[in-house]
Amino acid sequence: MNTQGTAPGPKFPEKNYLNATYGMRSWLLTTDHKRIALLYLASVTFFFFVGGFFAMMIRLHLLTPNGLMLTADQYNRMFTMHGVVMIFFFLIPSIPAILGNFLIPLMIGAKDLAFPKINLLSWYIYIVGGCFTLWALASGGVDTGWTFYTPLSTVYSNSAVAPAVMGVFITGFSSILTGLNFLVTIHTMRAPGMTWFRLPLFVWAHYATSIVMILGTPVVAITLALAAMERIFGLGFFNPAMGGDPILFQHLFWFYSHPAVYIMILPAMGVISELIPTFARKKLFGYHFVAAASLSIAVIGFLVWTHHMFLTGQATYAAVAFSFLTFLVAIPSAVKVFNWTATLFGGSISFDTPMLYAFGFLGLFLVGGLTGLFLGCLGTDINIHDTYFVVAHFHYIMVGGAVMGYLGGLHFWWPKMTGRMYPEWLARIAAFTLFIGFNFTFFPQFLLGIMGMPRRYHVYPPEFQVYNVMSTAGASILAIGYLLPMIYLTWAAFYGKVAGENPWPATGLEWKTQSPPLTENFEVTPVVTWEAYDFHNRPDLGLDVPGGHGSRIVAPAHGDD
Amino acid sequence: MHRTGALFGQFKTLEQQKDTATLGMWIFLVTEVMFFGGIMLAYTINRHIYFHAFAMGSNTLSLTAGTCNTLVLLASSFTMAMGVWSAQTSRKKWVTIFLTLTIVLGFVFFSIKYLEYSQKFHHHLVPGRNFNISYCVDNPSACPDIDAADMAKEREELKAAFAADPDLNAHAQLYYSAYFGMTGLHALHMVIGAGLLFWLLKESFSGRFDAEWNTPVDMVGLYWHFVDIVWIYLFPLLYLIDRHK
Repeated sequence: MNTQGTAPGPKFPEKNYLNATYGMRSWLLTTDHKRIALLYLASVTFFFFVGGFFAMMIRLHLLTPNGLMLTADQYNRMFTMHGVVMIFFFLIPSIPAILGNFLIPLMIGAKDLAFPKINLLSWYIYIVGGCFTLWALASGGVDTGWTFYTPLSTVYSNSAVAPAVMGVFITGFSSILTGLNFLVTIHTMRAPGMTWFRLPLFVWAHYATSIVMILGTPVVAITLALAAMERIFGLGFFNPAMGGDPILFQHLFWFYSHPAVYIMILPAMGVISELIPTFARKKLFGYHFVAAASLSIAVIGFLVWTHHMFLTGQATYAAVAFSFLTFLVAIPSAVKVFNWTATLFGGSISFDTPMLYAFGFLGLFLVGGLTGLFLGCLGTDINIHDTYFVVAHFHYIMVGGAVMGYLGGLHFWWPKMTGRMYPEWLARIAAFTLFIGFNFTFFPQFLLGIMGMPRRYHVYPPEFQVYNVMSTAGASILAIGYLLPMIYLTWAAFYGKVAGENPWPATGLEWKTQSPPLTENFEVTPVVTWEAYDFHNRPDLGLDVPGGHGSRIVAPAHGDD
Repeated sequence: MHRTGALFGQFKTLEQQKDTATLGMWIFLVTEVMFFGGIMLAYTINRHIYFHAFAMGSNTLSLTAGTCNTLVLLASSFTMAMGVWSAQTSRKKWVTIFLTLTIVLGFVFFSIKYLEYSQKFHHHLVPGRNFNISYCVDNPSACPDIDAADMAKEREELKAAFAADPDLNAHAQLYYSAYFGMTGLHALHMVIGAGLLFWLLKESFSGRFDAEWNTPVDMVGLYWHFVDIVWIYLFPLLYLIDRHK
């Protein structure tokens, strides 16, 4: 459908959450979950740039075997700050704090989250934690790795460990409060008729994520608190000189940090569960299995942490147990991938930008997940632990998976958040650029890892140079892939084509209200009488196919071509 | 979002609001369990490996002070529960009275804790450069608060402990790390609880809490009971390790 010549397009709603009130105070003291989501969008994007800067420094330095421009100590600070900023200030908040905050009340038919003021407090806590980390940066950064292993971090390091650890500690509470808010909201604030199994899988994914957030984050909080107390006051739990045990730190640290990676991927999987049915115009295959898989990943994810410690001299029996559990946790992820694929089968597929990101996710998450199996297998891990194989594995999941999900979701819901469409062709070009840049950056790292290049080293043997150069070249393309959406999404928010209520069309409750929504989300509380992802029986969305159940829908007109 | 009386705008009914607040507080308490759990794990592992040092450390704590504090906190949980009951039965004057009693008992706890901490400081039992588990036994005049009989017993115990573990001084620091870490964290939570109680007390003056709406009293009550339970764990773990001797 080309709305360009004939019928006038939708009108931009006069009253919405963006213009309901004006001024700095109305934004900085807002309790509207949608405005808080935008506050997070701004701050998370800022930290993404900070983390990206450190990535750039790493890749530039590794252009030559003897290192281009940094000393060993400076290099240590680069990869540490890259990890700390990207994990705690970008990946963990990204989808939950931005898309989750914005969409969960809309998706369940509520006016806001259960605790709007705690939601705002969450953001302020994030900002305070961020300031502590910037303080650590200004003091020269940290050189311990984002994993803060003791006793280097607690006794011997001459870097700004204390402020960095305090920053992460503080930001953890932002995560905990967000998870608490989501859990309670999903339990008590659903609209009439919105039963558990009518919930969008995005909501299920965030429910599972919230369980991980509230159970795991307090453990890293106490661990970092003890580490800080050891550094500042000389407590001795992790210091061998005082009878303490560095391995205790590692166990406590990884008890959270492994589930943390599920905090990073589950929301992205939730996004994919929304994108694929919409752009295949078909009900998600195996809804209950995908919901159960989210919960299984959350639970089993708490049982595998020692696979980060296979080379610490632990008992073989214990290692075997954790290796088995690591293989087990891959199963629900695989169930999801199979179900998404089965959703595509027989669907009416269109290649809008969000769908391109979804396809990217499917391929790259698959590679990342499969390479995790090599790492989880005890024998092979001996050779590839602490090499670039690990680095490539987790970047395939966190960038190829989580960031693709984040960008796909941002594009998909941008019309809802801003009321305007992004430029489709430019967006597709950016998606391809990102995909190509990503693979050039990280695929060579698998090869480097197998060939034996260790991670966190500022120099490498000269025979590895060609792959490192390829990786750095890819990173510059990847950077363009990130910059383009930042530019055109910002442009589109002000000047894009007016989107209307439901440009795709998609079946979620969030699409049954104006774009951008009113402050109270819905004029009248909706009453839900339909199942999720039902593309056949939604006359209210123009999705009512004569011939009934089972007949195919041809891709209807959508969005902005 | 606008408020109509006690009902916040995102809720439909007071009942939904109360259920939401209750679920929220319980989930928060679960996070607190995980938080304390980490340090409890560190304690458990180290007590198992360095039992003699932990037993020695435990015996330097005052059983009187610990028992007093336990009774004080149990009493404060009782007065808190009475405060909640008073609110639920619209006995507004009694809400104020019971909240005040709870605060007073909290401060009794702080006072006893302060005395214990300062004693540890004077006896060189704070982890760090000046830590010395044998300080009082080697310098009896510097520790006048330990009488001769107890001093003799402590000398015996210390000799036996050093015989069992030559590195006793270093390992005892781990016990005191656990002691200060766990009781310090607990005290911090009590301070926050006291702050919440002061706020509740102020609100109770205007008679806001009654049978129809008493959620804040209920929720702070839950939090206070949790802090009390943490102490019930801390007391035997820290004070009663090897007392049967």
